[in-house]
Amino acid sequence: MTAIDPTAHLSGEQIEELGRELDAIRDGVIAARGEKDAAYIRKVISAQRGLELASRGVLLFSAFPPAWLIGTAGLSVAKILENMEIGHNVLHGQWDWMRDPKIHSTTWDWDHVSPAEQWKHSHNELHHTYTNVIGKDNDLGYGIMRVDEDQKWHPLHLGQPLWNFLNACFFEYGIAAYDLELGNNLDKHRRKDPEFRARAKAVGRKIRKQVLKDYVVHPLLSGPSFLSTLAATFTANLVRNLWSHSVIMCGHFPEGVQVFERRSIERETRGQWYLRQMMGSANISGSKAMHFMTGNLSHQIEHHLFPDLPSNRYAEIAVKVRALFEKYELDYVTGPLPKQVFSAWHKVFRLSLPNKKSKVKTAAPERKLVVT
Amino acid sequence: MRSAALRGRAWKLLETVTTPLLPSDYLDLVSPLRAGAELRGRIEAVHPETGDAATLVIRPGRGWRGHTAGQYVRIGVDVEGVRLWRAYSLTSPTDRRDGRVTITVKAIPGGKVSNHLVRRAQPGTLIRLDQATGEFVLPKPKPAKVLYLTAGSGITPVMGMLRDTEFDDVVMVHSAPRPQDVIFRNDLHDLVAEKKLRLTELHTATDGMLDIARLDELVPDWAERETWACGPAGLLDAAEAHWTEQGVQERLHTERFRPSVVVSGDGGEVTFRTTGKIVDADGATPLLDVGEEAGVLMPSGCRMGICYGCVTPLKAGAVRDLRTGEITEAEPGVLIQTCVSAAAGPCDIER
Repeated sequence: MTAIDPTAHLSGEQIEELGRELDAIRDGVIAARGEKDAAYIRKVISAQRGLELASRGVLLFSAFPPAWLIGTAGLSVAKILENMEIGHNVLHGQWDWMRDPKIHSTTWDWDHVSPAEQWKHSHNELHHTYTNVIGKDNDLGYGIMRVDEDQKWHPLHLGQPLWNFLNACFFEYGIAAYDLELGNNLDKHRRKDPEFRARAKAVGRKIRKQVLKDYVVHPLLSGPSFLSTLAATFTANLVRNLWSHSVIMCGHFPEGVQVFERRSIERETRGQWYLRQMMGSANISGSKAMHFMTGNLSHQIEHHLFPDLPSNRYAEIAVKVRALFEKYELDYVTGPLPKQVFSAWHKVFRLSLPNKKSKVKTAAPERKLVVT
Repeated sequence: MRSAALRGRAWKLLETVTTPLLPSDYLDLVSPLRAGAELRGRIEAVHPETGDAATLVIRPGRGWRGHTAGQYVRIGVDVEGVRLWRAYSLTSPTDRRDGRVTITVKAIPGGKVSNHLVRRAQPGTLIRLDQATGEFVLPKPKPAKVLYLTAGSGITPVMGMLRDTEFDDVVMVHSAPRPQDVIFRNDLHDLVAEKKLRLTELHTATDGMLDIARLDELVPDWAERETWACGPAGLLDAAEAHWTEQGVQERLHTERFRPSVVVSGDGGEVTFRTTGKIVDADGATPLLDVGEEAGVLMPSGCRMGICYGCVTPLKAGAVRDLRTGEITEAEPGVLIQTCVSAAAGPCDIER
């Protein structure tokens, strides 16, 4: 936790004014949302399906090395798009306004081992409501890592660079375990809880289906190319996992991002909630293609301010949001992907070692955004 | 039997290939009108009828089961990116050889879908279809003497019948503001010229509204005729009263295009359909709170409109988004976020 509150210069009235200005940005997008946006998501969905179909088709001949390369690359991209620009955003309800039951947060399922329902709860509800609040937002370190100086150090944390790497490789399984709150639910008592068992079963079913598809049915369809198709699908899943893990690490872990005390969100106003999202998120700068391949999560700040606005609008919103950061003299944390990934990994390494006790704890009361 | 079972199994296998999607999600990319697909139609042409009405020629998907003259079809159209459903009478005969159907739409002031269809619909557009439905149809055998009492776009289901059936004795009394507002005017006059129809055309802009008492003079034997009436509520109310007074109400068949008008206001009576709870709500309290206070088990999440964990079907009525003031009216498939929606008039929620 930072010793100096980077929002200390703002008065309560200013924070509420900031909230109103952000609401106005939101209203503007909602008023403008229409045919073009609908056409955009439909086009992305069709293109993704086309690409996946074509790549799987090419992989039927994956014993032939060029086919393996092309098919694997195509499938990796298809899986990334499916999870990020489509799945993540549809499950956020970003496209619910279209009233198309096929592209709706209540009906969508994604190419992922975490069932959509469970992910929506842990991600949309918990993470997005309690963004970066220690003890409430488990996305901070996913419950397995120490990501803040004020978290108590334990010798197990020495291994966290390794945990983080393994989590990156098998990220979708990590997410599923995380959505299940596996860590909390492993003790005997909770394991027997019928609600937990039902959820665990749902994950089991989803894993079975996913594994059957990727590692049995498609390889079998390839006949003599069985093994090479198996390797191709494994590679595509690995690429997708590494990529999404990297992008997601950049959203809240890089240096400069703030975390918050539980107490700081008591009686939080709309303006304060917005401010917490602004200070708790970080962007990735880059080209249009980069934003597209991250599912526009490169605009993490904008996404956290307006999680249900269509992702194709984040780029234009970002200009206005950044102007507000400047107006209110706040730090807009952004940088190119390699820099942000390095920054996040650096933190993982740094905090695997014990640090000197933070001054904040003992000196002034914890930083809080509650206006008195 | 065996081939059906085999097909079922093959389909199951296909589903493991496409999971978490369905095979149909891929097939829809290439063949949205195929048999077995969700029912869709493709708009193939749009023909203007009057200044504010147009006929849409639609090629229905293979699953279309046909219609009976006088029935309507619900269509789902994307207007400014939002799927909206409306019902329109079918105006094509039931045995059209090319298998196409037509609906005829009159643009009503402020009508999102009707204006879109009349003025902006493009050939080639896919729309959603339901199967044809409606009781406003002729009995079998067809009655000997028929009266059609119509006004405005109320002509549309009747045109479907006139095009489909040859009558021995049919009279029509039709009202529209001006001659140029009469939808299908040329077709009607053709039928008159062929002596297939007797028509009284009333122009309300110059002659005023039809006084139902004038029927005695316009169609002296009206009470003996099997009558189908379609038009604005005022006309239908008057007709129902008149037919009842004369004790011949069983001869009158009416079709109301909009049976109930959604009243949107500030607050209202909220019905929780599943639990049967009915409570009064003000226009500022989120329906989530209203429901929870009434002891209804409401799904909930962030309680601030971001997580979509509380979405619930709105079955009837209207709600107001507390953040934007936007009014949402009930339509099939409409879900609302109960944590940021308040009653805007009486409404009915599936909980």
